[in-house]
Amino acid sequence: MLAPDLEQAARWRHVTAISDPQVLTESLRRAANASRATTLQMVSAARLGHLGGDMSVLDVLTTLYGSVLRVDPENPEWPERDRLIMSKGHCSEALYATLAWAGFFSPDELRTFDRPGSALNGHPNRTYVPGVETNTGALGHGLPVGVGVAVGAKLQQLPSRVFVVLGDGELQEGSNWEAAMTAAHRGLDNLTAIVDRNRLQQGARTEDTASLDPLAEKWRAFGWNVVEVDGHDHLGLRDALIAVAAGRPTCLIAETVKGKGISFMEDRVEWHHKVPTADQLATALEELSR
Amino acid sequence: MTTTLEPQTFDCRQAFAETLIDLARADDRIVAVCNDSVGSSNLVAFREEFPDRLVNVGIAEQNMVGVGAGLANAGLVPFVCAAGPFLTGRATEQIKTDVAYSDRAVVLCAMSPGMAYGELGPTHHSIEDLAWMRAVANLDILVPADPAQTRAAVRWAAGSKRPVFMRVGRHKVPGVSDPADPFVFGRADVLSDGSDVTIFATGTPVSRALGAAGLLARQGVGARVVNVSTISPLDEATVLAAARETGFVLTVEEATTTGGLGAAIGEIVLRHHPVPLRMLGVPRVFAPTGDNDYLLETFGLTAEGIAAAVLDLRN
Ligand SMILES: Cc1ncc(C[n+]2csc(CCOP(=O)(O)OP(=O)(O)O)c2C)c(N)n1
Repeated sequence: MLAPDLEQAARWRHVTAISDPQVLTESLRRAANASRATTLQMVSAARLGHLGGDMSVLDVLTTLYGSVLRVDPENPEWPERDRLIMSKGHCSEALYATLAWAGFFSPDELRTFDRPGSALNGHPNRTYVPGVETNTGALGHGLPVGVGVAVGAKLQQLPSRVFVVLGDGELQEGSNWEAAMTAAHRGLDNLTAIVDRNRLQQGARTEDTASLDPLAEKWRAFGWNVVEVDGHDHLGLRDALIAVAAGRPTCLIAETVKGKGISFMEDRVEWHHKVPTADQLATALEELSR
Repeated sequence: MTTTLEPQTFDCRQAFAETLIDLARADDRIVAVCNDSVGSSNLVAFREEFPDRLVNVGIAEQNMVGVGAGLANAGLVPFVCAAGPFLTGRATEQIKTDVAYSDRAVVLCAMSPGMAYGELGPTHHSIEDLAWMRAVANLDILVPADPAQTRAAVRWAAGSKRPVFMRVGRHKVPGVSDPADPFVFGRADVLSDGSDVTIFATGTPVSRALGAAGLLARQGVGARVVNVSTISPLDEATVLAAARETGFVLTVEEATTTGGLGAAIGEIVLRHHPVPLRMLGVPRVFAPTGDNDYLLETFGLTAEGIAAAVLDLRN
């Protein structure tokens, strides 16, 4: 197991440099909840968005941008940067909130989410939004692109690591398994797939739709190093995300709760893309401020 | 004016869903296949009544179309339903090889086509679908313009022994077809007569084209409005009569102008009776962020925009 030297690699200013685990955890927890609140407000204003999956993935995104990724918000195309590919692009709000928090653009921009002419479309567009690596929204595209980046980094002997965030429902797309084969075949240890295993998709539970379990065994059978983590435990996530298995790509199965942090949304399928009422918004913001 | 993702109140999908259930009650070969889109395809009631006859393959459109072809092979009548961009874009080869080339009577239903999912962006806009599907041999292409046509088109498709692709609109549209005679396969319907110009429209823009004809009439321009609800095979006789009798042709579609309705009509006109022709739709760009109304306005697909395009064409 190799751990990149975070102190040295950190090119930006947020919580990366914090070494006390308790302080780090608390910082990430607060940051993730702040992004949850921002996301809720964006979706409420736009009357559109995918809150359930935003809430489940925000601890992963915050941990990545807060303590793992070597990226430079001032220079988003820095060739040696790490890449985060948000394959479940319908959770663009969560990504935008995180990118703004990380300093890629002003949080004021978030107010324009989904407005006519805005850069912030319901699905991420790299032409308009700094920090977005590839356009997503049709599911099943992120991992193949991530494989390409990882192969490219190897060919050029760049230190870049590639992280791809996948929905669990998204894994029903066969393109993921094609990419999984290539990644293992080429020994892409600079590639980490993170499955947001919230067990819900758009219309129902994944296990009631097209079941994925035993999911860890599937990835293992494809030649991947597999780690199962609690997707809301920042420290556990951080440790798992910085670890690398030599000669093999890694899949983190992040066990998460869809709608995490908001009592009436947690594990409820309808919150895949429902918009809160004013009362619900107030309750949710109150819960997140704790 | 923004759209939401709640599925309840959009007429054509409602008409689609009710008709499918009626058909399924009468014929137990009718089955539905979808991609985690039971709600967005309005199949909730269908599933309640016929739980075994809905195959939800999950988020797997290539698989979905292949399964549809297999069901047809087994003697069933499959309606394969998914958001237009993913059905067509993701599974074009399955549509070509498993359905059209293998000549399987599958009804491919592209839900929420055009820019119905405005703010969700170009990944969710189904504007290339007409061009892509037109390029596939042995595939009938239907675009009903209102709920009555949708009902009739679904009934027709269920009885067709051929591969069918059909758009099912998301947003409420006014009725434009004659209720007594709402859909005849292969026929383009003249909705309002005129001798100065012909506006060919398909799907959601049809009612807007009628609005444009009203605006033009006030300026002394008689516009013939033709609803092209079968794009393939195209009603050549109606197209050519219009070109000959009105001398100017405008085509209007909620789709890219590269390869869709405009191109189809242009090919016929150019070959048999060349006249000035203009295509209104989405030029070859990815749309900006915005809701459906905003985007239709941006691309000149309002009654005013269509009328302006006609005046421009005639100058
Ligand atoms: C190719 C494709 N098919 C269908 C959709 C519609 N869609 C958007 S989100 C979603 C469910 C995603 O579920 P999952 O991957 O589990 O994401 P999460 O639950 O984390 O939001 C579906 C079916 C899509 N965006 N792309």
